[in-house]
Amino acid sequence: MSAASGNDGRRGLFTPFNVVAGIILIGGAIILAVRFTTGLASTTNLSNTNPWGLWIGFDVMAGVALAAGGFVISSAVFLFGMKEYRPVVRPALLTGFLGYSLVVIGLLADLGRPWRLPFPFIKQAGPTSPLFEVSLCVALYLTTLFVETTPAIFEWLGLKWWRRLVGQMTIVLTVFGLILSTMHQSTLGAMYMVTPTKLHPLWYSSQIPVQFFISAIAAGIAMIIIEGWISHRAFHDQVQITDDEFRNINYGLAKGGAVVLATYFAVKVVALALDNEWSLLTTGWGAWYLVEMIGFVLAPCLLFAVAHREKNLAMARAAAGLTVAGVVLNRFNVTFIAFNWTVPQAMRYAPAWTEVWVTVSLITLGVVVFKWFAARMPIMYDHPDYPALH
Amino acid sequence: MSISRRGFVTSLAAGAGALSGGAAQAGSVEHFEGYPGRYGLLHDTTLCVGCRSCEFACAKVNSLPAPKDPVGDLDVFEDIRRTTATGLTVVNRYREGEGNQPPVYRKLQCMHCNEPCCATVCLVHAFTKTPEGPVLYNPDVCIGCRYCVMACPYYALAYEYDNPIDPKVMRCTMCYPRIKEGLNPGCADACPAGAITFGRREDLLEVARERIRKFPDRYINHVFGEYEFSGTSWLMLAGIPFHDLDLHANVTHESLPAIGTSYLSVVPLIVTIYPGLLAGFYAFTKRKDKLAKAELEAALAEERARAEEASQAKLAQAAEKAKKDKERAVEAAVSKALAEQGKGGAS
Repeated sequence: MSAASGNDGRRGLFTPFNVVAGIILIGGAIILAVRFTTGLASTTNLSNTNPWGLWIGFDVMAGVALAAGGFVISSAVFLFGMKEYRPVVRPALLTGFLGYSLVVIGLLADLGRPWRLPFPFIKQAGPTSPLFEVSLCVALYLTTLFVETTPAIFEWLGLKWWRRLVGQMTIVLTVFGLILSTMHQSTLGAMYMVTPTKLHPLWYSSQIPVQFFISAIAAGIAMIIIEGWISHRAFHDQVQITDDEFRNINYGLAKGGAVVLATYFAVKVVALALDNEWSLLTTGWGAWYLVEMIGFVLAPCLLFAVAHREKNLAMARAAAGLTVAGVVLNRFNVTFIAFNWTVPQAMRYAPAWTEVWVTVSLITLGVVVFKWFAARMPIMYDHPDYPALH
Repeated sequence: MSISRRGFVTSLAAGAGALSGGAAQAGSVEHFEGYPGRYGLLHDTTLCVGCRSCEFACAKVNSLPAPKDPVGDLDVFEDIRRTTATGLTVVNRYREGEGNQPPVYRKLQCMHCNEPCCATVCLVHAFTKTPEGPVLYNPDVCIGCRYCVMACPYYALAYEYDNPIDPKVMRCTMCYPRIKEGLNPGCADACPAGAITFGRREDLLEVARERIRKFPDRYINHVFGEYEFSGTSWLMLAGIPFHDLDLHANVTHESLPAIGTSYLSVVPLIVTIYPGLLAGFYAFTKRKDKLAKAELEAALAEERARAEEASQAKLAQAAEKAKKDKERAVEAAVSKALAEQGKGGAS
């Protein structure tokens, strides 16, 4: 099976995909080499006014939300008995594991002294910090996701005893993942509760933890649809479920996406009402807020609902794309667009091309590693030797 | 509600043995007023002439390069500047002079908050609020996440972005080493206009109120830093609204740590409630599956029984029919034999 997938062996090494990915990754490595020899100033537009930019806004804030598919779908299947979604559990968990790994790599690029990453746990703890909780949860969850990915590795290597052991831990791992995800997805939002004068009131809310958590679930569902779309084309020969089964999974996910986005929209409206910020909607920032809320929350919500009703796969995918873009936009707004909104224009932040390149490199790295895994291991299909185990 | 929330966060921190300033409360309703007799500085912006002597003095006592623009260079006031890694304090002009209205300047530096947000959000607890008043930073544990820079409401923290080896957060220390020696902070000693006064914070508040009382036309009736986000060590007097000095004067008296970390008290509830709740959900779906299976089996058994009965009945019917057919055949045979016998008897 792996021989047919193309990027295995010498034959397919210089495919157009590999060449483009290689150029992007080499460029990213050069930029990071410059960053680690001359400091953050040479490769980023970060400043004393804007200490956090694209690498936090996308690589960490959006990255963690987009990697939420793993905990969402494994909870649905293993805890809530929605067994028909089992074919997408493994790709979602692998995407989650790779996503969180990239978050950590992105964070290492952004930290002033990345080699001190374990300091909060081994040197001196700052338990009053939301970031302390986030880093503890991300460290534990990355470990959890790794263990949840190992069944595919053990089946590939033929380690039956280990495969059975991890299989028996499924429920515990799923519960652990759901707890950790609820904690750090929401606390990422809570990190902004200390900045009421810096973050625009339309985005600042005492309920921002709940908003981050719910939007992360929407992002996770949307990412499963998009990731399934791409990998089902790339690995069509591996897929065991019928096209009808695959379509039905997508329609079900679309229904879930519609419900979650509707909930998110309602929660955002409640926050607006609680702080009585209706009058701000008529300002320029209000217009930008409405673009996010209507164009990237309400619109995909309705598209998802119609896609489910009309059984329209293309529409479900369009809605998923809008949802992902909307969550990224929300994290950008919170991190650097609506943040420091009172600061003079000349001191505002816009990412440098080198920051964008590194972020694109990280996404590319994720795709390359996913391909490497899926070409070798039983990700898209059930291993014939382990039919009843998972 | 906010008191109990803060209490939880505080006790969480105390449990980890980490927080120093403001954590020494046992009960959740107790209130820590701050260390008594701590120091502060009063910046009277109505006296500031924008000479920037404080900038130079600050650089000198902290062994940092002197500002590039010389004293008296008015071009530096064209832009609003902020503190940098080498300029821990800067003076900005917020209103140009007009007629007999003098220009208005404000000095920026770390405000040394009573409840510093930077200290609360630091995940390695690199900041300490000292009993003397200054907030100190320990570069030996700093990992360089810059959450403190992002969280500071006064834009007072700077970072060494051009240092790849050991970048540090750079900020005013209120000249802590000099205070320990009994000296005044560098800027307070350098100010030729008497716009910066160093002393015990409660005394400075008295001085500030006295000035407002004596010259009500000269001052806005507000001491900035007395209550804003639970107050700062640096206090400010102004003749124009503080908003025009880029300061948020009408903010809550609650500290940013109290507002900003209230959510952390919810987090332990997730850990404690989720396992039981999820076990419940799991048991619920399992039970539903089990009941559905039992129902299906019962229905199947019933159907099987009905089918059995039906086939039994059919069998019985068939047997009956066969019996009747046989009887009829026997009858026919008998009557046929009798008829034949009768024929034979007649012939």
